[in-house]
Amino acid sequence: MEDLLEVKNLSFFYGADQALKDVTLPIRKNSITSLIGPSGCGKTTLLRCFNRMHDLYPKNRYAGEILMAGRNILSDGVDVLKLRNAMGMVFQKPTPFPMSVFDNVAYGLRLKSVRNMSALREKVEKALRQAAVWDEVKDRLHRNAAGLSGGQQQRLVIARTLAVEPKVILFDESTSALDPISAKKIEELMAELKKEVTIVAVTHNMQQAARISDYTALMYLGSLVEFDETGVIFTKPKHKMTEDYVTGRFG
Amino acid sequence: MTSGQTKNLIFKIVAGMAAASVLAIVAAMAATLYVQSRPALTRFGFVNFLTSTSWNYGQEVFGAARPLFGTFASALLALIVAVPAALGIAVFLTEICPSKLRGVIAAALELLAAIPSIIYGMWGLFILAPALEKFVQPLVGETLGRLPLIGSFFQTKLAGGVNLFTASMILAIMIVPFISGIAREAMAQVPPMLKESSYALGATRWETVRRVVVPYVKTALAGGIVMAMGRALGETMAVAYVIGNRHAPLESIFSPYVTITSVMANEFNEAGGLQLSALFSLAFFLFAANFLALTLAKRLLGGKKWTI
Ligand SMILES: Nc1ncnc2c1ncn2[C@@H]1O[C@H](COP(=O)(O)OP(=O)(O)OP(=O)(O)O)[C@@H](O)[C@H]1O
Ligand SMILES: [Mg+2]
Repeated sequence: MEDLLEVKNLSFFYGADQALKDVTLPIRKNSITSLIGPSGCGKTTLLRCFNRMHDLYPKNRYAGEILMAGRNILSDGVDVLKLRNAMGMVFQKPTPFPMSVFDNVAYGLRLKSVRNMSALREKVEKALRQAAVWDEVKDRLHRNAAGLSGGQQQRLVIARTLAVEPKVILFDESTSALDPISAKKIEELMAELKKEVTIVAVTHNMQQAARISDYTALMYLGSLVEFDETGVIFTKPKHKMTEDYVTGRFG
Repeated sequence: MTSGQTKNLIFKIVAGMAAASVLAIVAAMAATLYVQSRPALTRFGFVNFLTSTSWNYGQEVFGAARPLFGTFASALLALIVAVPAALGIAVFLTEICPSKLRGVIAAALELLAAIPSIIYGMWGLFILAPALEKFVQPLVGETLGRLPLIGSFFQTKLAGGVNLFTASMILAIMIVPFISGIAREAMAQVPPMLKESSYALGATRWETVRRVVVPYVKTALAGGIVMAMGRALGETMAVAYVIGNRHAPLESIFSPYVTITSVMANEFNEAGGLQLSALFSLAFFLFAANFLALTLAKRLLGGKKWTI
């Protein structure tokens, strides 16, 4: 399969603290890549490099490259706002904005100056359907999004991300704060979405990684330990540490 | 009863009495104001007193319309200037300012808030009033003063800068630290993830502030604004220095005028009879307005519904 992104010798620094060390790995198009590893190993840090969220805070520094279509997205000349538009992000807890369901989904579209109401309506409905939440919210589009359940809110956030038609969606433990049924719905959704987008997902849930992802990367202390097809990582990994980690014998 | 239980009981009684005494004082004040304002209110009639613009010592005819209008107009004008300024300061401090500078500005704001109002009054009279007359009046006169219909309301009046506008500006300066403090506190409560969600969709800082941060804090902000309004309504010394305390029709925002507090501060010493009672009536209205503002503000500030 074709590589959409290529992380090459990527290091990252929070001021003087190095949180990523020379990470190299491909992200294949229309696949799900899981990032796993013990707490503090740098999964979130790596994920936030893809949409340059780190740029928001002073003293953060990247070294190395993330190539997209041959271009380094970490270089100075890149339009970060455009990049973020192409790299959706879903957080651990649902983050509905303090506004109506409709306005939440239309948020990114309006940023891109889509003003035409019928175009907005059409795109909002499409995104909500894609996120498998349309049936639950179609009668309350104009009520505050805070009134939805946690699981619905998370799917609303996914719809909000989908509405701007990103190439990639980054999930950071996005099912860990949800009940099992809501978590399952999101998992199924991710499997469905990979037809259209590429997914990178951080997870602490080994079964989840094994179930949904095509590729898995194990990280430890800021370095990549092993990257391979999920089947290989879970059945015949090359490193002893990977085996220990995925079987729960680690630490 | 063990000694612990006894101490506990005594503590409860003392604390209860302290709390009750606060209520008693408030009730006593309200009662005093009511009783003292009775003569004027019965003499002129409640509605008539509220709507009458006369303030005639010789014939002993008094009405509250001008001081009431002056009080609300100056507070409103102050808010119109102070709210955007305070919001700007709050946004700058929480979202833009480098952390070193932030401490300095925050300290300066606290200092501003701690300055006694009489000092604002003196500074307003000697520095701000002439400065506004010299630099701002001509500007406003040449722009807003040229408008049809409402233009006359912004025409310049040269009287040493002692007028409704100067009073409003002093009030604005006094309430800016207060509003920006509440706005900052509320903005600090916005979950970073919520802001990041906006950035993650390609929003700029400004778009994030305008579309996510401000809506998130709007109830708290409204509470802060109402509270600041309460302060502005009751502010006395600063206003009394710079408003001119003149019972005359308000021709322009640059005319000397009156507020409830300026009338009370200027006339209480020499007043007797009906005039004194009229002053108490004004005090009663101010008390009621402040009470309402505070209740509303408490509601708004207490009812914050953070979604995350
Ligand atoms: N803003 C920050 N400033 C300084 N150091 C940070 C910051 N955020 C994370 N770190 C450090 O960087 C390292 C990697 O953190 P990161 O959040 O990427 O881990 P993680 O793998 O996502 O962990 P978890 O599974 O607990 O979410 C940790 O040592 C952490 O303490
Ligand atoms: Mg993490």
